[in-house]
Amino acid sequence: MRLRRPKIAPSAVVWLVLAALYFLVPLVATFLFSIRSIQTNKCCSFAAYTAVIHNGDFWHTLRVSFVLALEVIVISLILFVPTVYWVHLKVPRLRPVIGFLALIPFVVPPIVMVVGLLKVYKGAPEWFYNKPSGILAAAYVILAFPYMFFSLDAGFRSIDVHTLTEASQSLGASWPRTLVRVILPNIRAAALAGSFLALAIVMGEFTIANLAQFHTFPIFIQYIGETDPYQASAVTLVSFGITWLAMSSLLFIGRKRGGPTQVVGAH
Amino acid sequence: MLRPDIESGRRRLSFVWLPTLPFFAYTILFLFLPAGAIIVGAFKSIDGGWTISNITTLSHEPYRRAYIESVEVSAITAGLGAVLGLGIAYAACRENTPRWIRSVLTTFSGVAANFGGIPLAFAFIATVGTLGVATTFLKNQLHWDISNSWPHFSLFTKNGVEFVYLYFQIPLMVLVIAPAIDGIKREWREASANLGASSFQFWRYVGVPVLMPSMLGAVILLFGNAFAAYATAYALTSGVVPLVPLLIGAYYQGNVLDNPHLAQAMAFGMFVVLAVMMLLYIPLQRRAQRWAK
Repeated sequence: MRLRRPKIAPSAVVWLVLAALYFLVPLVATFLFSIRSIQTNKCCSFAAYTAVIHNGDFWHTLRVSFVLALEVIVISLILFVPTVYWVHLKVPRLRPVIGFLALIPFVVPPIVMVVGLLKVYKGAPEWFYNKPSGILAAAYVILAFPYMFFSLDAGFRSIDVHTLTEASQSLGASWPRTLVRVILPNIRAAALAGSFLALAIVMGEFTIANLAQFHTFPIFIQYIGETDPYQASAVTLVSFGITWLAMSSLLFIGRKRGGPTQVVGAH
Repeated sequence: MLRPDIESGRRRLSFVWLPTLPFFAYTILFLFLPAGAIIVGAFKSIDGGWTISNITTLSHEPYRRAYIESVEVSAITAGLGAVLGLGIAYAACRENTPRWIRSVLTTFSGVAANFGGIPLAFAFIATVGTLGVATTFLKNQLHWDISNSWPHFSLFTKNGVEFVYLYFQIPLMVLVIAPAIDGIKREWREASANLGASSFQFWRYVGVPVLMPSMLGAVILLFGNAFAAYATAYALTSGVVPLVPLLIGAYYQGNVLDNPHLAQAMAFGMFVVLAVMMLLYIPLQRRAQRWAK
């Protein structure tokens, strides 16, 4: 007789069905809401989506947020890759210190952060205080701290930093060349993972942008919500899609990591 | 060699930490300086002198109530989120549940835990708001008016805010607790069943004590997560439920302009609440881990 696969526990089914209801109903309902016709309040019209696509502010703010995300990613990588590399290579004693500092933004509410930033940098030059690429990017790099550090730290732990560095330097490479040509390709997956998390944060952050009065994508969503509920639900789904894309890219990288692409690390 | 810290000893002045300087400089500029400015600003008066009047003002209305409401909303959503998240995570991770359910759940939790703010509020308005899809469906098809009969639900009240917060609290719990659940071995459940333990007894004497240290950490994380949340409540209540972040935000929207130090005092108060939570957590954590020795 063949052994049959045991059945899933009934209580587990109840839990999972209830969870699926709570989490999926708002998404489905938002979609149904977004295709309601503005005139008749009945299904189905894609007018809300057409209106969003033809809304200049939609594209403008989306672009502002996306450029901001890229800037935050670049600054974070420049800040963290050399630091975490150096710490793993030469000063492992500092690793817990940096890990602790990188965790702090987890417990500092963004609303508190922005109050402090606005106070400190009130008299700062125009290009810093009044441009999203200035104070807002600086704040978002801090928000990305925990994600960047823990992704990169895990990446550096999985490679043999000492052997790679020695090999590179005994072949005559300089420090910058070692970092860019040898180390970076080996922690590419970790750097990408941190970058996608940073992207998700920047594309959704509202608190700091609102208090510092910058017009980013989440601010646009809030604004459209005050004027047109149907368009608002369409944009809500766009926002959910962006988060979903960023997170599934992350998982996709995670699955590839440790696969055949990673050849380094053997002693 | 490449590990000079091993041989250098104490005599040589070491500059080996120098390349980490940019990181520390950045942390000081954009993390510690602002935090310090809040702490100093909270104790300053408008004319520049030192004062504690900003702090004492916090014990009056509407600030006192804002702190109470904020702590209540955070505690309730942290507690409920922890219990529900644990139940869901366990249902997905336990033996006999197909593997794909777990990977779908973790992927979705990763998205939902990061999907907060304004869009989340709109999704719930479109669902269970006054004209929401679910509200109208229940009213027209099942003749069940959820706002005027039981459970008298309104999205724009404290209960409504809590209901929406669970949408990011539960997934965060799932993400945090799933690795710990893997620590509950299938054999333990079988062994306790063989000894005649009921499901409740298994959880009371085995499951919960094993998970307790992770659970406590997760509850603190969830509390801080809800306590810091601003955008969702901002879009939902527009000030009807006076949470601390909303009051701070109102200062910068130009509603009240008399004393910027009061906003800094409120931010300082948030620090204090979070610090108290951490202080409560440490002895509890020590107690929970005692059996593990």
